[in-house]
Amino acid sequence: MSNKFDKQNYKNTVKSYQPKPNLFLNCIKAFIIGGLICVIGQALTDFYINVFGYSEKDAASPTAATLILISALLTGLGIYDKLAQFAGAGSAVPITGFANAITSAALEHKSEGYVLGVGGNMFKLAGSVIVYGTVSAYIVGIIRYLITQ
Amino acid sequence: MDYLWAFLVGGGICVIGQILLDVAKLTPAHVLSIFVVSGAVLDGFSLYDKLIKFAGAGATVPITSFGHSLLHGAMEQAQDHGFIGVSIGIFQLTSAGIASAILFGFLVAVFFKPKG
Repeated sequence: MSNKFDKQNYKNTVKSYQPKPNLFLNCIKAFIIGGLICVIGQALTDFYINVFGYSEKDAASPTAATLILISALLTGLGIYDKLAQFAGAGSAVPITGFANAITSAALEHKSEGYVLGVGGNMFKLAGSVIVYGTVSAYIVGIIRYLITQ
Repeated sequence: MDYLWAFLVGGGICVIGQILLDVAKLTPAHVLSIFVVSGAVLDGFSLYDKLIKFAGAGATVPITSFGHSLLHGAMEQAQDHGFIGVSIGIFQLTSAGIASAILFGFLVAVFFKPKG
């Protein structure tokens, strides 16, 4: 009886009680929402190229900023989190998910004050993206620089 | 055509993320970190630029492009300033994204109430 729930068995025992994610359906949802966010990004890029005369490369920055503004507002209104429940990775992987992570962490800790709460916790979720991005870009950058010299 | 490829490639990258979430049982933070690192590594082999040329926003909107932009900025400055250039340039292209995320995140936290 006591053996039945020991450490080895724990994972298997718990597994039968966990809801099984419907992988196929989740992937379809992620594909459609993620794809649509990228289409909005493409429309914004074209808008900045044609209306404001940005080059194709320079248009990436205002596009990212606009998507981040939209995502931050939708997070404040509680809409983005509902979308995230539906879309899973479809709303987390685009840059809007990065903005959502920062905004929702800031909102969540607002009650602890503006300095310790909002300021201190803003990068609680998104920090790892910046840390690992920067470290890997440093390593790859230095290797590439050494090779191309 | 631009829009179709942006949809397919952007959606495809998100499906890879969903598979990592559901099958490998990783947390979203792990998935996003893996994506950023892979973006930087792919750009190290000059592969990510080809994807952007092909898919446009389908490649620039997912978080993988963050790693790509970090490395791009670093390499641009490294050509002029050597090793120190890597540090000077690393946030050059991503600055708009990080700055606006901090600013808008802060403003929303000031003006909105937490939901749920």
